[in-house]
Amino acid sequence: MKLLVCVSKTPDTTSKISFTPDGSKFNDVGITFIMNPYDEWYALVRALELTEKSGGTVTLVNVGGPDNDQTIRKGLAIGASDAVRIDAEPKSALFIAKQIAEHARGQYYDIIFCGKESIDFNGSEVGAMVAEFLDLPFASYASKLDVSGSTATLEREIEGGVEIVEVAGPFVVSAAKGMAEQRIPNMMGIMKAKSKPFAVVPPVAFPDYAVPVKYTLPKEKTGVKLVPADDMDELVRLLHEEAKVI
Amino acid sequence: MILVFAEAVNGQFKKTAFEAVTYGNKTAQLLGNQCVVLTLGKVNNAGQLGEYGASKVYNVSDANLDSFDSQVYASVIAQAAEKLGAKVIVLAHTSTGKSLLGRLAARLNAGSVAGVKSLPDIAGGSFKVTKGVYSGKATAEYEISSDLKILSLSGNEIRPAKGGGEVAMEELHLTVPSPKTRVLQVKRQEGIVPLPEADVVVSAGRGMKGPEHWGIVEELAKVMGATTACSRPVADADWRPHHEHVGQTGLAIRPNLYVAIGISGAIQHLAGVNQSKVIVVINKDPEAPFFKAADYGVVGDLFEVVPKLTAAMKKFKAG
Ligand SMILES: Cc1cc2nc3c(=O)[nH]c(=O)nc-3n(C[C@H](O)[C@H](O)[C@H](O)COP(=O)(O)OP(=O)(O)OC[C@H]3O[C@@H](n4cnc5c(N)ncnc54)[C@H](O)[C@@H]3O)c2cc1C
Ligand SMILES: Nc1ncnc2c1ncn2[C@@H]1O[C@H](COP(=O)(O)O)[C@@H](O)[C@H]1O
Repeated sequence: MKLLVCVSKTPDTTSKISFTPDGSKFNDVGITFIMNPYDEWYALVRALELTEKSGGTVTLVNVGGPDNDQTIRKGLAIGASDAVRIDAEPKSALFIAKQIAEHARGQYYDIIFCGKESIDFNGSEVGAMVAEFLDLPFASYASKLDVSGSTATLEREIEGGVEIVEVAGPFVVSAAKGMAEQRIPNMMGIMKAKSKPFAVVPPVAFPDYAVPVKYTLPKEKTGVKLVPADDMDELVRLLHEEAKVI
Repeated sequence: MILVFAEAVNGQFKKTAFEAVTYGNKTAQLLGNQCVVLTLGKVNNAGQLGEYGASKVYNVSDANLDSFDSQVYASVIAQAAEKLGAKVIVLAHTSTGKSLLGRLAARLNAGSVAGVKSLPDIAGGSFKVTKGVYSGKATAEYEISSDLKILSLSGNEIRPAKGGGEVAMEELHLTVPSPKTRVLQVKRQEGIVPLPEADVVVSAGRGMKGPEHWGIVEELAKVMGATTACSRPVADADWRPHHEHVGQTGLAIRPNLYVAIGISGAIQHLAGVNQSKVIVVINKDPEAPFFKAADYGVVGDLFEVVPKLTAAMKKFKAG
């Protein structure tokens, strides 16, 4: 099996987010960056499990600058076979997807994995876009993925339940929690990663149609109103009369 | 023309579809345009979408549209958009809408924004919308520069607004490709409002001590007409099903009221719930970080407080 995993770099989940004073840019001072959890814990690990069982390769692809190299190396240390970084600033989802699709075209990957969403832009867009550019089926939010021969069976998260779908031939999948268990890279993996093929290639020209122009932080809560633990009638009254939510 | 795709589940339209049509109608008014709605497959009572502002409802019926395949749906919606001359396409930010948004953007070579929270700002000829980023920790304003714009509307952002009357449904004849995915089974919990659509959510964490104590949470949820949720360690320990897990790595929700019981309020938990309109926190530790994000707080033992709140709610509902 020949598998591709799309990986992006995001701020660590514990990061306190801030922006430059004019609100135009993310302030990355003091921020630790990680591999997007859905890409690392679920997509990459499931791809590795599938090739460990039936043989094959797992290639990582990232669209980003040299500041993404550490993230990509971590993916190699966890077990991916090789990596490609498309050297461009990832400003919009369609641009990113176009780059990934152009890389994948002609490579005939059996499955292209991405995460359910990136935890910074939360678009859930890139996977669907890659699928459309390559005219492939797309199974989104898969919490389970099993492959037998050329057919895959997936469990997809839908509102209030799950859907079980079957797909034949190459396809794109977005990975949700449940698809695999996080793996921590070991020393040997980290050593081996250093000699694995890692290509840096230029992007194809493509416009950015939708870009963030201004960021704002939510208004701080004005302060909690404490209600005595033995007076729940008062809480109900406040929710009804003051907050007007019941 | 503004084209709204109104999604039906088992033929029924849900709140998210009414929200999307309302949004489409308001956007159409802003742009001096019409709001046209597209429905796919078997749908009941599509004419009611006129009440939310659809000036026309089109339907494409074909056996290949009776279950969801993003490739097939995107192809049909794109054909409709081209045929009808859409300037903006509006979807709901549901699992279906999210799977279509990117496909449509790639297919129609258009800018898209996922999970929009506001009506477009069209000052000075630009087109800007806001959306949550960094898992709800911030808001970003996006500018879309392509001619066609594609948006998915975040749930619970705008109230479905009735105004118009019923409209007739017209059949649209388009090419419907055959799906490459086959839906084998759909397992939905019946009778429960799914978390992303719930107005009221009652959520509990590790403070519950064990799954055997969840009865008091379920009872409170029942009297409040709420959907239940949980923190991640609770789902990881299989005290509760995984689809209840909210937070940065679970579902992000934005109900009108979020009641957090025995949850400390870690940053990753808050990321998924801090866009709720009103937050109530019940925790025995007055130093729990969640109180800083709360509107109302009760410092006390949940095993005493929750049954009292349930009783007070019952009294209130009885009127
Ligand atoms: C990468 C990453 C991603 C994560 N993603 C998520 C996520 O998506 N969602 C999420 O929820 N977490 C997430 N977490 C975990 C998060 O950091 C916290 O560990 C978790 O939210 C804590 O769950 P809790 O509040 O239920 O438990 P605890 O932190 O153990 O808190 C229990 C609370 O219950 C209170 N309590 C105990 N007994 C009682 C009682 N009798 N009456 C009243 N109150 C009582 C305690 O005072 C305490 O505040 C993530 C962590 C990481 C590292
Ligand atoms: N810059 C990028 N490089 C490679 N893959 C990406 C990039 N950005 C997003 N992705 C992939 O697309 C998924 C969805 O991202 P998003 O559409 O931003 O929510 C992520 O989980 C990644 O798998």
